[in-house]
Amino acid sequence: MAYLSLSIWLPIAFGLLLLAVGNDRHPQQARWIALVGAIVSFLVTLPLIGQFDTASAALQFRETLPWIERFNVRYDLGVDGISVWFVLLTAFITVIVVIAGWEVVTERVYQYMGAFLILSGLMIGVFSAADGLLFYVFFEATLIPMYIIIGVWGGPRRVYAAFKFFLYTLAGSLLMLIALIYLYVKSGGSFSIQAWQQLPLPMTPQTLLFFAFLAAFAVKVPMWPVHTWLPDAHVEAPTGGSVVLAAIMLKLGCYGFLRFSLPVTPDAAHAYAPLMITLSLVAVIYIGLVALVQNDMKKLVAYSSIAHMGFVTLGFFIFNELGISGGLVQMISHGFVSGAMFLCIGVLYDRVHSREIAAYGGVVNTMPKFVAFAVLFAMANCGLPGTAGFIGEWMVILGSVAHNFWIGLLAATALIFGAAYTLWMVKRVYFGDIANDDVRELQDLNAREFAMLGLLAVCVLAMGLYPKPFTDVMHVSVTELIRHVGVSKL
Amino acid sequence: MTAMNWLAVVPEIVLLAMACAIAIIDLFVTDPKRGTTHVLTLLTLLVVGGLHLYFFDQGLTIYAMNRMVVVDPMGHLLAAFASLATLVTLVYARPYAEPRQILKGELYTLSLFSLLGISIMVAGNNMLVLYLGLELMSLSLYALVALRRDNAVATEAAMKYFVLGALASGFLLYGMSMMYGATETLYLDEMLKAIASGDINRQVLTFGVVFIVAGLAFKLGAVPFHMWLPDVYHGAPTAATLLIAAAPKIAAFGMLIRLLVDGMLTLAGDWQQMLVVLAVCSLVLGNLAAIAQHNLKRMLAYSTIGQIGFMLLGLVAGVVNGDRVFAGNAYSSAMFYMITYVLTTLGTFGLIMLLAREGFEADEIGDLAGLNKRSPLLAAVMAAFMFSLAGIPPTVGFYAKLAVLQTLVTTGVAAHLWLAIAAVVLSLVGAFYYLRVVKTMYFDEPTDSRPLPTHRAASALLSVNGAAVVVLGLLPGGLMAVCVQAVVKSLGT
Repeated sequence: MAYLSLSIWLPIAFGLLLLAVGNDRHPQQARWIALVGAIVSFLVTLPLIGQFDTASAALQFRETLPWIERFNVRYDLGVDGISVWFVLLTAFITVIVVIAGWEVVTERVYQYMGAFLILSGLMIGVFSAADGLLFYVFFEATLIPMYIIIGVWGGPRRVYAAFKFFLYTLAGSLLMLIALIYLYVKSGGSFSIQAWQQLPLPMTPQTLLFFAFLAAFAVKVPMWPVHTWLPDAHVEAPTGGSVVLAAIMLKLGCYGFLRFSLPVTPDAAHAYAPLMITLSLVAVIYIGLVALVQNDMKKLVAYSSIAHMGFVTLGFFIFNELGISGGLVQMISHGFVSGAMFLCIGVLYDRVHSREIAAYGGVVNTMPKFVAFAVLFAMANCGLPGTAGFIGEWMVILGSVAHNFWIGLLAATALIFGAAYTLWMVKRVYFGDIANDDVRELQDLNAREFAMLGLLAVCVLAMGLYPKPFTDVMHVSVTELIRHVGVSKL
Repeated sequence: MTAMNWLAVVPEIVLLAMACAIAIIDLFVTDPKRGTTHVLTLLTLLVVGGLHLYFFDQGLTIYAMNRMVVVDPMGHLLAAFASLATLVTLVYARPYAEPRQILKGELYTLSLFSLLGISIMVAGNNMLVLYLGLELMSLSLYALVALRRDNAVATEAAMKYFVLGALASGFLLYGMSMMYGATETLYLDEMLKAIASGDINRQVLTFGVVFIVAGLAFKLGAVPFHMWLPDVYHGAPTAATLLIAAAPKIAAFGMLIRLLVDGMLTLAGDWQQMLVVLAVCSLVLGNLAAIAQHNLKRMLAYSTIGQIGFMLLGLVAGVVNGDRVFAGNAYSSAMFYMITYVLTTLGTFGLIMLLAREGFEADEIGDLAGLNKRSPLLAAVMAAFMFSLAGIPPTVGFYAKLAVLQTLVTTGVAAHLWLAIAAVVLSLVGAFYYLRVVKTMYFDEPTDSRPLPTHRAASALLSVNGAAVVVLGLLPGGLMAVCVQAVVKSLGT
């Protein structure tokens, strides 16, 4: 079975179906089609992990067909231990997003749901493309639905945020397009990523390529100092948009580093690793401090995402297995945790229509069930042992201590900031006395909200207590990647 | 071989005969909607387009009319697309033209004559024939712009178009006379051989090339020969705008290839440098000036200038240090760019005409506000066009840009790499104003609550046009292969 093609095209087909048959008179019908579509699309990704051969580093579930013969572009799909979990994560988060938008979105429901389903398919395409141009097409195409989602269903400054999101990301990826064409020419007319990984390259082209890829991926991750689009996009996007942005879209950039920057330009990656480590540490420490002073909950979580992504890039550029696996685990756990954090903010926002921390206080008195979930996710965000957030950060810190003690020390300090901004927000929003009448009248979670937060809570705890399935799948691919990156291509 | 080869020019003969016949038949048409004329014209265009495709498929290169014209796969392909573009334009134009009193027989006859001019331009092997084709097309278009003769804006646009167009023709003719003086021939193939022989005065040749390129740049609308374009696009009735914006661009491209490649490939070193300057200036000015526009037609005019600049980049990397290995790749990429650009342009102006009604041109960007709420389908179609012009996958515009960028990178010349980088940076600027149109349609609230006009044929065709932009974006391989085939076969002669 062509599971990868199904994973990509099924949600897109459901999305197009929604756009075609949907209308504003029957929003309920659109919601159900979307839910069925999202669940079916998630189910078809399950065999990917069920039938995955953890002993092989090769691309699995390979599908390859000629696509654009003139440029020798192939419709070439495959996943390895690095990418397979993200396919599942994307499909899973899409189900959550559909549930999250159920009653909240009342205007043009069919377009909202359709955009998320199409986006889901496109993002899975990025994770499973084995052809450089196919990767780029999916990578760029994700901009269109996200632009529409932010701009149509977003907050008051949505237009500004949508433009900033689109143009920032496009600016980065256009340079990558030139890099891809350059590799195509140098490899004698092939867009195959695997061929590029074997292609010997002198240092100057490697450096230029490295920076072209960096431009695309650093914006997407986002790394300091090109992160400024993210807080704007997060604050203005509707809850579902924020969830997808944080949980999946940022990972497209991180994933790009592992697929292109490290294996295609290993020597440049080694040469500029100090730069990357510095940028990552700046993100972890400086952005952590920035998060501390935010008044807007969504902004706080947005900055916290940037800091967490700093851990991921730090892990990648210390070139040991703990670091890279830790970064990958951090990517997955951040997908659950940040998604859940944004959903929690969404739950409050739907009731009070404010994201200001100062507008809340003592929520635990009126919403005990909700606060139980919210505190669990906050703890996971600080990296409490036993939650998903702990594993990745711990591995990255161990890896960086092995690489260089001082880097490890700095990274570990950053955990304190992470705890500080998260817990301080928890204290101000959830605990204490009831701050105002809005909070006094809050209703606790309904069944729908309980279900979506409950699902995520199970994932966060399961991954925190038993991360072995995740690391087992990655192990062979990561080892192979490190071996490959260790060999000079000069 | 000095035969007339009538068979090779059957499509043109059919077109000419039908254009005359329709002019006469229309005299007897009393129906104010011009039903008979409309159907007959569309049928003619279908037949002519089909004939061109049939000949293209045969893939033969034939000299006809005593070697005045060369009918080769490239010419047939371009002519087929020009027929298609004219056909689509006329379908879009009918509901627009009717309330404006320009739905007359002239609209149809002149369109057919301009198409005849185009067919000659893309197939000329003789400079005078090329020039006559150009004039036939241009004169028809001048008249089409002025068709609404009691409208001051349209008449002004027609005047401007005519005066500057005549100036451009003058440039071109002057350049041709230089070439003729130097090489003593009007035939392009003989000219190529004469230049290659090396005993021709280089100074005269260079002089001729400069004037010819300037004349062609006028017709294409490349900076600094672009000033007529925004005013004419804006002032002309949208139907005439589209008749100028679509098929004639294909013709100008075809003529460019005929003159510069068929006739002067050995002088590529000279004209490529000029094209680089034209391309970069057009990219900069087109993309920057488009940002300042609030009129959709003017914005699209500046966008055209930018797009032409991008297309020209495809032509600058064909010959490197006298080596022609990249020629087929480069010219077919530029051709693919041109065809997909025309396909997208048809849709954008088609949408403007569809939204227009009596006394309301729908040509301000603000007129599209909230279109998504009024008609999700039309908004989605227009968004597809905008993303295609901006070059965002999965629309066909992305592959057009990819093809051109690839020709620049392939040569391995550092200057070409910098051109490619400049082009992508400027297309980022371009993305801004295309996105602004999408923003207006999707993020803004509608200001106009009247129900949209319904024109079944035009809106159905517009949907097909939008679908084509996306489907060709998912499967661009076929059209690309066709362009390569056409150029390679034609260059081989």
